[in-house]
Amino acid sequence: MLEIKNLHASIGDKEILRGVNLTVKPGEVHAIMGPNGSGKSTLSSVIAGREDYEVTSGDILWDGQSILELAPEDRAHLGLFLSFQYPVEIPGVSVSNFVKTALNAVRTARGEEALDASAMLKKMREALQLLEMDKGFLSRSLNEGFSGGEKKRNEIFQMAMLEPRLAILDETDSGLDIDALRIVAQGVNALRSPKASFVVITHYQRLLDYIVPDVVHVLYKGRIVKTGDKSLALDLEERGYDWIKKEAE
Amino acid sequence: MNDRLSAQYWLHEQELTAYSSEAVRDRRRRAMERFEAVGFPSVRDEDWKYSSLKPVLAPHYGLRPPCAPLEDEHLEFKDIKRFMVNELDSYRVVFLNGRYSSWLSDTTHRGFDVCTLSAAWKKYPETMDRYFAHLTHELGPLAQLNTALSWDGLYVVVPDHVVVDRPIQVLSFTTGSEPRATQMRSLVVLGVNAQAEIIERHQSLTEHPTWTNSVDEAYLAAGAQLRWVKLQHDGPEAALTQHTRIQQARDSRAQVHTVSTSGRFIRNNLDFLLNEPGADARMLGLTLAKGKQLVDHHTLVDHRAAHCTSHENYKGIYDDGAKGVFNGRIYVHEDAQKTDAYQQNANLVLHERAEVNTKPQLEIFADDVKCSHGCTVGQLDEDALFYLRARGIKEPEARALLMLAFAEDAIAGIDHPSLNAKLHKLIAGKLGVDLTLDV
Repeated sequence: MLEIKNLHASIGDKEILRGVNLTVKPGEVHAIMGPNGSGKSTLSSVIAGREDYEVTSGDILWDGQSILELAPEDRAHLGLFLSFQYPVEIPGVSVSNFVKTALNAVRTARGEEALDASAMLKKMREALQLLEMDKGFLSRSLNEGFSGGEKKRNEIFQMAMLEPRLAILDETDSGLDIDALRIVAQGVNALRSPKASFVVITHYQRLLDYIVPDVVHVLYKGRIVKTGDKSLALDLEERGYDWIKKEAE
Repeated sequence: MNDRLSAQYWLHEQELTAYSSEAVRDRRRRAMERFEAVGFPSVRDEDWKYSSLKPVLAPHYGLRPPCAPLEDEHLEFKDIKRFMVNELDSYRVVFLNGRYSSWLSDTTHRGFDVCTLSAAWKKYPETMDRYFAHLTHELGPLAQLNTALSWDGLYVVVPDHVVVDRPIQVLSFTTGSEPRATQMRSLVVLGVNAQAEIIERHQSLTEHPTWTNSVDEAYLAAGAQLRWVKLQHDGPEAALTQHTRIQQARDSRAQVHTVSTSGRFIRNNLDFLLNEPGADARMLGLTLAKGKQLVDHHTLVDHRAAHCTSHENYKGIYDDGAKGVFNGRIYVHEDAQKTDAYQQNANLVLHERAEVNTKPQLEIFADDVKCSHGCTVGQLDEDALFYLRARGIKEPEARALLMLAFAEDAIAGIDHPSLNAKLHKLIAGKLGVDLTLDV
């Protein structure tokens, strides 16, 4: 469903992605690992359509169609979701209001009817339960004053509401203690299905104990330099990235 | 224009002062003489540097005798309903072309007075003598002009320990087939521990240029509380120049919300005179300007006594070729120790042609005070915008949502759900989206 072909992207005159190839099929979970500065977050931003980056060559296909010309919101309407590494604080907008606006924007764009208040509330309750969050959370200002763990849970809560076909989790595990990690993973696992795919970007193997990937890739200097199964993640945990760097150079 | 206004005064002085004491007549006369001496302010005046009155003064305004009653103008309740916060159980004082319209109003004299100045001249000459133009004699030419020529407007007098049970809505409408200039005036006197709330709106119902020049004087005795909401959402050809001056005694509290969303020219002067310890002044402002609008806020908090507090938060969003001015003056006298003053002015400038001139002006002569201020001018946060869009919210809605969020704390604290809903609707409408914020 997602196919990235020889993707090159830069910001200013600095090339960050230098020929990424990646194919994610429905139902698969891919992990992308790599040392700091290898281009992991850039890759997620470019897939989601951030306009600061310029795609200089290559393509991103969604169900066989290029999405490079699509605005971020249009990509979201197709069923793409990006869980942000640093979710933005928006004082003055409540979580519930934001999620309602987002979900109904996605539904309307797909030609579906907006959810009525009671259906919306029911759905929110279920998602809250899944992430072990209490109802008071809904009336708080979006991410304002949230702890690191709350921000990440809020991202997964939104994912549960939006039910994407492909979710990219960008360093969702960073800043999480072990309990929060378990809850976040539980949320992701509950959403796994033969139709839903995940790209899990992470620096550490830890998250992958909970969200078990089908494929593991190593991104280094803007290229995927190694691909394997979940044992590759364990190798990296044990041996670090130096041997990969040596192999790649 | 100057000559015509001045001629009007001398021609009608007798009517204007027919029921007044000599002292009041002198105040009017001196005001006219001051106006004649200096004329209208120009951009050469420091206080008017960024706001030229020229376009406001350009139309040939029809001037009517200041005390003449309503002529054949008529408005039905259904015509004005949409300009009110209709769900609100309130007193209503409605003016049409500067004249009291009794059939649209709902005033009272039971326990306190909510009525009009035109009535008060005859009925309460002593109160008028005691308060009229006491706070305004040092003000600029527009206020002087108003002191000389004003006849009608809101009159609120509340005895000690009385709480006005409903908000007071003041609406002043302009109609007619020619440009029209109107002088409006209010006098608000709250006794010890008295409380009142005012919701004010000026509304032009004509496509011709209108200019409302208004002056408000409010006197708060010890422990009194006044809340005033100024809804400046007028027609595209309407201009408003306004000077509101509030004098506060011990432990009194005044809060003024100014929401300026349309009208081609708005100049607000808002002054708080904190005369005795414990007085507290709060002002919140929200400006949304686009097209060729100009919105100019000049505020003054005069800390004259110790242990007073003031809190000011003004937000502005400027698009297209709109222009904004914020001048926030805080003056702390030598004796005003333990003053706690806060001032914040934050602006979003969405277009390269839009402009905002912001100037905090703190003059502090006491040494044991806490004064803080900050002003920012910026654009919408691109990270936040991307975040919203990545969740499927279209760019225009995402922008509007961020603007609403930016504006939110400048309209917080208005705790009438119906007024709040009206404001949100008005703001969302102004931003061009069908979006409500139920935070």
